Amino acid sequence: MEPDQIAIATRVAEEQRHHGKAQFFWVWGALLVMTAIEVYLTYQNMQPVRMLTILMGLSLLKAALIIGYFMHMKFEVSRMKWLTMASLVVCLALMMIFFPDAFRILSLGPK
Amino acid sequence: MSEATLPHEIPTVYEPSLFGTYSKKIGMWLFLMSDSLTFGALLYAYSYGRISTPNWPTPFHSESIVNATIMTAFLLTSSLTMVLAVRASAEGNAKSQRLWLLATMACGMGFVLLHGREWSKLIAEGLTLPVFPKPPGHEAAPEFVNVSQTVPQFAATFFGLTGMHMLHVTLGVVYLGIVALRRSFIPILLVFWLAAWLGTPSYSPFHYGAHVLLLAAIVCSIILWLKPKVYDSSDVEVAGLYWHFVDLVWMFIFPLVYLMSAKIL
Repeated sequence: MEPDQIAIATRVAEEQRHHGKAQFFWVWGALLVMTAIEVYLTYQNMQPVRMLTILMGLSLLKAALIIGYFMHMKFEVSRMKWLTMASLVVCLALMMIFFPDAFRILSLGPK
Repeated sequence: MSEATLPHEIPTVYEPSLFGTYSKKIGMWLFLMSDSLTFGALLYAYSYGRISTPNWPTPFHSESIVNATIMTAFLLTSSLTMVLAVRASAEGNAKSQRLWLLATMACGMGFVLLHGREWSKLIAEGLTLPVFPKPPGHEAAPEFVNVSQTVPQFAATFFGLTGMHMLHVTLGVVYLGIVALRRSFIPILLVFWLAAWLGTPSYSPFHYGAHVLLLAAIVCSIILWLKPKVYDSSDVEVAGLYWHFVDLVWMFIFPLVYLMSAKIL
């Protein structure tokens, strides 16, 4: 690596040392608990749309914990956080444009 | 300007990083963003098929759900061990870093083995793709009778999505093995390839899929031959980003593919 890259990597490694080990165990425990809740909800005979909403909500929460703590995004500079996460969310949200077509297919065919 | 302050004001050759971090990490984030669009497209395709198909099968018995839950626990635990490996490398503790990386690989291999077992069971029960050879002497389970004919999207999206993820986990294990053991991992990888190739029956998709390990061994050998190096803490952190990403993707596959298709009696 170039000298300035080594300096940045050293600073980042220094920052890593200050993250408490305990918080990683807390995040891991929270992820396991949320997974257990998801499995429990599966067998509660809920309406599919309601269950999907809850499951996706929990999945987004789990994703936020993984990105924030395990991938250290919480500790990056705000420019990095906003540019990467905003562009990713916008791109993924744009794919939803296809869903109305999936609902349209249901009403096709002989009446 | 005094001479004493001069060294502090000499600009460096390069501009400071726009994102406050080093290039390798930014490069990995860019790759992960593009890869998340790949998985996003597969998950949307699965959801599209599900919305537009009224008789979507829900074949997963509690045995499959328990298996997938254990797989999820393996991946979540591997993320914890990975973050501990990154921390150990930042502290300069090479031995601890290697041990945590090996623990992460063990969890990843546990995930792949359980997933392979699940795939083999489903294929034997009749959930299959036209490209898979038919396993001899197996009767289709009631859940999968006619599924391949009436709802072919189910098997196509299931195997496409989970197969792509399994490939990512497998390559992640290889990536971590190279970071942890460097050249010493190549013969181990070849042993894994032979075990996976010769240990699976000829009608199993894993019999041919095992050659991914051979290809990975060739590519890794070329990389290590062209650019031999000792991997530092930044390399471990970048490898960790990739590993956490495969864990992250599974957090969406598990509820969408398994839990939403659980057979409720």
